[in-house]
Amino acid sequence: MSLEIKDLHANIGDREILKGLNLTIPKGEVHAIMGKNGSGKSTLAKVMAGHPSYEVTGGDVLLDGSSLFGLEPDQRARAGLFLAFQYPMEIPGVTIANFIRAALQARLPEGEELEAVEYYKNLYAQMDALKMPRTFTSRSVNDGFSGGEKKRCEVLQLAMLKPAYAVLDETDSGLDIDALKIVAEGVNTLRSPDTGFLVITHYQRLLNYIVPDVVHVMVDGRIVRSGGKDLALKLEAEGYDWIEKELLATA
Amino acid sequence: MSTTLDDNTIETTTPAWLAELQAAALKDYENTPAPTRRDEAWRYSDLSALNLDAFVEAKPVESEGRLINSSRGVEQTAAKLVFGNNALLHADTASLPAGVVVAPLDVAARDHAEIFRRYFMAQPVELGSHKYAALHKARVTGGTFIYVPANVEVALPIEVFHWVEGENASVFPHTLIICGENSKVTVLDYFQSSDNQRAFACGVNDLHLERGAKLNYVAVQNWSPTSLAFHINSTIVARDATSSALSLNFGGGFVRGESLSRLDGEGSRSEMLSINPLDGTRIVDQRTLQDHAAPGAASDLLYLNALDNASRSIFAGLIKVEEGAHRTDAYQKVRNLILSNESEANSMPGLEILADDVRCTHGATSGEINEDELFYMQARGIRKEDGRRLIVNGFFQSLLERLESAPLREYLGRKVTERLGLPVQ
Ligand SMILES: Nc1ncnc2c1ncn2[C@@H]1O[C@H](COP(=O)(O)OP(=O)(O)OP(=O)(O)O)[C@@H](O)[C@H]1O
Ligand SMILES: [Mg+2]
Repeated sequence: MSLEIKDLHANIGDREILKGLNLTIPKGEVHAIMGKNGSGKSTLAKVMAGHPSYEVTGGDVLLDGSSLFGLEPDQRARAGLFLAFQYPMEIPGVTIANFIRAALQARLPEGEELEAVEYYKNLYAQMDALKMPRTFTSRSVNDGFSGGEKKRCEVLQLAMLKPAYAVLDETDSGLDIDALKIVAEGVNTLRSPDTGFLVITHYQRLLNYIVPDVVHVMVDGRIVRSGGKDLALKLEAEGYDWIEKELLATA
Repeated sequence: MSTTLDDNTIETTTPAWLAELQAAALKDYENTPAPTRRDEAWRYSDLSALNLDAFVEAKPVESEGRLINSSRGVEQTAAKLVFGNNALLHADTASLPAGVVVAPLDVAARDHAEIFRRYFMAQPVELGSHKYAALHKARVTGGTFIYVPANVEVALPIEVFHWVEGENASVFPHTLIICGENSKVTVLDYFQSSDNQRAFACGVNDLHLERGAKLNYVAVQNWSPTSLAFHINSTIVARDATSSALSLNFGGGFVRGESLSRLDGEGSRSEMLSINPLDGTRIVDQRTLQDHAAPGAASDLLYLNALDNASRSIFAGLIKVEEGAHRTDAYQKVRNLILSNESEANSMPGLEILADDVRCTHGATSGEINEDELFYMQARGIRKEDGRRLIVNGFFQSLLERLESAPLREYLGRKVTERLGLPVQ
């Protein structure tokens, strides 16, 4: 069981952003992707989730063996894929409680109603764990939230929806150190043999809290190096120049 | 209008002065030409919708018990009146504070003649529907007179239900509210069809706020989707008084709304809000006037239209700052959320400023659903259609956030959610 990205090519307009990307995340593992700004990390996340702006020109993404392509974004989510957005959208007038409720309701068979009391109990428990004030439930999704609050709200949704595979796109950006620990703890409690994680980050620091099984380096729309946690340490210390030089040398 | 409407619809208890007023109004109606294409006040409108030939006088309702039982609004009210086809079906005024009058029009005309005469349709109707206001005046029998004496606060809302029943039935709902100095009251009017028949509703409401008074007025309109409806409103706000009026147009095939707010005293405030979920071939045509006649007053208009299928919205609003109305603060905004290529929104905001040192903002925006918002919802597993409805609901709910009363906000929020076919918690 895995999330398998095979020779993925994707364009925005005429420009190719993903240029043959291969990556497999087995269930139960945490993989991290690091890469320079503009290397295509968010593009990868959004292409997997089915964002309509991107055109897939080749390759495939398989969730436990079934292709995600051909499925609508909501079908992919219900199939078990979750994306924590780098820039979560603000949705005025839609409360967090109603939003998450609609997401859970969508996962129930036709005609079955979500049990409201149970739902709120669960929601409050997850919010308490993430140290989010309960008053947030009646606030509009991300509307007027600080950067850190938005990220916490993404993790709340992750915790409530419990996907099979979660892609976290810079969920650590904009978090203070306490928030980072809380969010990492939130993710760690969800780690299980039934869940796979792909964590996109610029900071080795996060990986101290969410310890990855594999670290990948993305350059120009491809995964060019994979290794253990020490790869992240080396990137933090030395930047990306050495990889680019090595790539040029082998080209 | 069919001839049956020409019968004397006035009860024997009608005072002579009112009978005269109504006779004169009928002449006025007959002598006033119907709107034409050349009338600026009817620009972009659908004049063919105004043909009244098919409509007849409403017979007494058959389903009185059902209508009374279906007249369910907020949990607790200070008073509740139910009208069916212009006749009073039910009245419960037992919980009103002392001195507050909530009475059907005929009773008020008899028992509170002086005050009734002073306020009853005292405002000229200048936004295009003079003719139909005259018809209303000539025909009105059912309606509510609400008088809150000075310094009285009515804590619970007053609710009035106006039902129409039967094919081509005509109703003339009326609401007259007089808020005495420093009084406070909330009134909810419900306009509803008892069946799916086409009906004609021609309603007028006049809201009068004396010095320092506070009024929250809500109209929940849910006529059948083929009905023709006029809702002609005027609000006169005296010094330091605050009016907040909200209309929710859930139904009606062609709905003409006219709202005048006159800021008559220094420090007066008027909020004009409207929520219009439009679908099918429904048309909502709204004309407004924020008339600043006094200095240092504020008016704030926000109308929201969500247009699906081949529906249409027309909005023409004018902010008029009269001479001497310095330090006016006037705001007018219409937002159209376009959900379908076949729908159409026409917005004509306007300004006329004859004073100095004023702050006026007006504008109209039209936009479609933000694709990234929709994607965000889908990425959580929410189906596209449900996501769209959630976004439309959010669009309207954010207007309700302006309402001061949390229970009222939540109650109306549920109504909007229900109207959009979303589950209500
Ligand atoms: N909608 C778009 N229109 C035009 N170009 C785009 C669009 N989306 C992404 N791109 C381009 O694609 C490239 C990859 O962007 P992407 O957001 O995937 O990078 P990233 O690796 O996530 O960067 P960062 O670390 O800054 O988040 C960038 O050059 C970006 O400008
Ligand atoms: Mg990115």
